[in-house]
Amino acid sequence: MLIRFKGHIAESEVTDQVLYVDRRRFLALGAAGAAAMMFPVGRADAGALDYTKGAVTLDEKMTPFEAVTTYNNYYEFGTDKEDPARVAPGKLKTTPWTVSVEGECAKPAKLAYDDLIKPHQLEERIYRMRCVEGWSMVIPWVGVPLAQVLKRFEPTSKAKYVEFTTLADPAQMPGIRSRVLDWPYTEGLRMDEALHSLTLLAVGLYGQELLPQNGAPIRLVVPWKYGFKSIKSIVKIRFTETQPATAWNKSAPGEYGFYSNVNPAVDHPRWSQAKERRIGEFLRRETLPFNGYADQVAGLYAGMDLKAQF
Amino acid sequence: MVQRGRAFLKPVVFAACLLPLAWLVWKGLFGYLGVNPIETVNRFLGDWALRFVLIALAVTPLRKITGWAQLARLRRMLGLFAFFYVCLHLSSYLGLDLFFDWQALGKDIVKRRYITLGMAAFVLLVPLAVTSTDAMIRRLGGRRWRLLHKLVYGVGILGVVHYWMMVKADIRQPMLYAAVLAVLLGYRVAAYWLEKARRQRQGAAA
Repeated sequence: MLIRFKGHIAESEVTDQVLYVDRRRFLALGAAGAAAMMFPVGRADAGALDYTKGAVTLDEKMTPFEAVTTYNNYYEFGTDKEDPARVAPGKLKTTPWTVSVEGECAKPAKLAYDDLIKPHQLEERIYRMRCVEGWSMVIPWVGVPLAQVLKRFEPTSKAKYVEFTTLADPAQMPGIRSRVLDWPYTEGLRMDEALHSLTLLAVGLYGQELLPQNGAPIRLVVPWKYGFKSIKSIVKIRFTETQPATAWNKSAPGEYGFYSNVNPAVDHPRWSQAKERRIGEFLRRETLPFNGYADQVAGLYAGMDLKAQF
Repeated sequence: MVQRGRAFLKPVVFAACLLPLAWLVWKGLFGYLGVNPIETVNRFLGDWALRFVLIALAVTPLRKITGWAQLARLRRMLGLFAFFYVCLHLSSYLGLDLFFDWQALGKDIVKRRYITLGMAAFVLLVPLAVTSTDAMIRRLGGRRWRLLHKLVYGVGILGVVHYWMMVKADIRQPMLYAAVLAVLLGYRVAAYWLEKARRQRQGAAA
């Protein structure tokens, strides 16, 4: 297998030194004009990734990079949609980055970003992303099928679930001072969900490394579930025998279930989930069962009452 | 000089009350409504609707505490601006968010408690706006008019609860509004009891 991934290298190593030193002036020039809207600051900082076009593509218009990188829910950096893009790039330190893999597996390990990601071929996956709040995007992610990564740690027969944990460093994440959620943010998947071929461990979008506001350097993408399941900036992966506690479920168990599969037939107690607003569109569009991935994933939930186990 | 100040007070406050709307229009014209402009507009108008309800509720306490009688002249205008922003908020929800999907509106009102409460607040405000003219005050008579306009307390409570219930997890903002409302309503309760106690003392003395 041809491994073409160039790796997680500092911007300074791939940029001409003069340009690199001068980047602030360049960005200031950009910010002065309308160009700032078209070339957001973060973009100039992101490294290009080497990846193949994935098997899963989508014949829907992609949400502009600008929108994907400025309209984010990442409460560790503030609860307004604009907060993460404003705060995270200057605060979140993504190198070095270590992920601890623990729990019910034969080969637990603490791995640096490169050791976790580099052995794999990166691929692009263009997925719908449906937020539980009723809006959606289409995002070209770059990443590795989670199954490929998890198998390296040889989960045991006791591993029924996988728990993921986001970094929770008050020094880097000002939002943690407020007790909006029970930090650290945790999420979980059933083992078969985690191993499903659609489930992606993403390290980039639009062909570039993830920006901090999008959950750099490593995040989960589970396209048939509401966005909050796709946990950001992962520092810990733990195989468990019992269903792990998840952040939003702990915060409001009646509103956010463990599964949280996109389901137009099961409303959020406070709003309808039947329709969604695709960012950039005026009229709401119908929300699809399992966010349009029913053919691939509905089988995982055969025999389950999806109204009760939402 | 004092006379001139009086003459300017109303127009100046009137213009100031239009500033939030002007700001929103400016943001719309120059593309600063963000990537989800409908949500931005709806939230912005909702915020200002609630703020104006609270501002209108602050007039009487402020007048009594500061003794600045001129404030009373602003009360009707501020109340009508609250109604104005509530109408804009409702319009943006109905026209932009739902795009006049009346069936969806019906479902929302019945099923979503925060929408039910928001609509109730609007319904309570309508008679207050309708009876805001001098002619209506005369027709109703001062006592009945004042009694009717106590509905605004309910509007404040419904508005804050509507906001609180809509928020996903970060309730700090709605808590702030609730605290302001509690002070404004608490002032009235305290004033009522103090007045009652004073009358009782007078009655006992006589």
